Amino acid sequence: MGFAFFSICYFFTYFLFTKLQMIIFVVMEPQVILNERQIALTLQRLCHQLIENHDDFDKTVLIGLQPRGVHLLNRLKLLLEAKLDKNILCGNLDITFYRDDFRRREKPLIPSVTNIDFIVEGKNVVLIDDVLYTGRTIRSGLDAILTFGRPGKVELLTLIDRRFKRHLPIQADYIGKTVDTLVSERVTVDWKELEGKDEVNLYTMQQNGTA
Amino acid sequence: MEQLSVGHLTGIRDLTREDILTIFQTADAFKQVINRPIKKVPSLRDITIANLFFENSTRTKLSFELAEKRLSADVVNFSASGSSVKKGETLIDTVNNILSMKVDMVVMRHPNPGAAQFLTKKIKAKVINAGDGTHEHPTQALLDAYSIREKLGEVAGKKVVIVGDIIHSRVALSNIYALQKLGAEVMVCGPTTLIPKYIGDLGVKVSHNLREALEWCDVANMLRIQLERQDIQFFPTLREYSQLFGLNKTLLDSLDKEIVVMHPGPINRGVEITSDVADSQQAIILNQVENGVAIRMAVIYLLAAQIERN
Repeated sequence: MGFAFFSICYFFTYFLFTKLQMIIFVVMEPQVILNERQIALTLQRLCHQLIENHDDFDKTVLIGLQPRGVHLLNRLKLLLEAKLDKNILCGNLDITFYRDDFRRREKPLIPSVTNIDFIVEGKNVVLIDDVLYTGRTIRSGLDAILTFGRPGKVELLTLIDRRFKRHLPIQADYIGKTVDTLVSERVTVDWKELEGKDEVNLYTMQQNGTA
Repeated sequence: MEQLSVGHLTGIRDLTREDILTIFQTADAFKQVINRPIKKVPSLRDITIANLFFENSTRTKLSFELAEKRLSADVVNFSASGSSVKKGETLIDTVNNILSMKVDMVVMRHPNPGAAQFLTKKIKAKVINAGDGTHEHPTQALLDAYSIREKLGEVAGKKVVIVGDIIHSRVALSNIYALQKLGAEVMVCGPTTLIPKYIGDLGVKVSHNLREALEWCDVANMLRIQLERQDIQFFPTLREYSQLFGLNKTLLDSLDKEIVVMHPGPINRGVEITSDVADSQQAIILNQVENGVAIRMAVIYLLAAQIERN
């Protein structure tokens, strides 16, 4: 009886010191890549680059990819409209049904709203997303935008480009900042209207289990 | 990121409120898809669906087939008339033969209550019940509740009366479950012979007076008299029924509020509803049909997400 109790205690302690350490192991340490001032500067530059190529936006429409690209789109729209003093056609595109990982994830993704209430046929489309990583989202976005008609030209704008990690031959035309990252790392873009501050963070896996 | 709590859709009774809301949210996106120049998405490219209709249908069959095709699934159709069912093949044999042709999902309408439930225990494919006798018709109830939400903003707190042949109606039972799960109050109305004796146990009100019921409700769902299921005479004549329980313009206009009029189809004009009411602004009968495709796309999409890859 005493032995049984002792061995239970022993294994419990063993578990505490080995297995639990494995759990503590996966702690993500954030590192700021862009702060509020830097994001503001980058957005200004992206606007000027867009104006360089698209002049007065007569035949150009901006499409934000749901869910996170939409917030970047809204910022750019405000800045561009202030600079050009005119309305710019903008829309949100949800790509859930065009993804290539249906039935390959544990739960189905619930779609967001699409609102594109103008003709895409013949227009120059700028797809906008916050982070470009594997390129699979953009491939789905290309498929999705084609169901609205045949655009004259499609370009891609991204705030963060995670270089060297592409699964598909897709590159951005306008890039906020290029970063080199590991697969185990994560990049998040925070917006003032959602998370309370403008900030881009890089999360790195900590190797020491002392956290 | 939600997942349905069920593996098959045999009835609304098995669904949770969250399941229904997930289906509605997904249907919202599909409704946008079917209003685009290209009404098709590639999600179900590698899925094959069999539509097995052992009973007649126009709307449901077309609606399911369109939903499947707009999700890019491969579709095979089967109807009992002109098949080997007439030669004496059993349901399980028929279905197993179809499944050995590598079908992932089965949409079935059958005259016997419980047929879909029975099938889920016998086969590996996903089953969607498209109406089983007098039992349930889940996708119809989902699209009815979805149409009410679209028209009135929300379902919770609304008062819905279901009028007509309640005892033979799978639409009525599924609607009662769906509307109650979403927080609506439900009343059934019809001649005593066409209302099940213990239906009050489901928590619904019962009325035998159409005017009284209409004055209470926000939405009236008018059902067809299912003569094909009535083996005995439940009321003297259709003419008498339509005078007591038929909805006409005079009655509708005499109410001191605008109610929403629904009908699951097929309509028998002049019996349960007159032509001028069916074609009026208050009727959302054709919206129901449009929403039916979006709801069915959502149900098929969410169930297909659970199919294992081979």
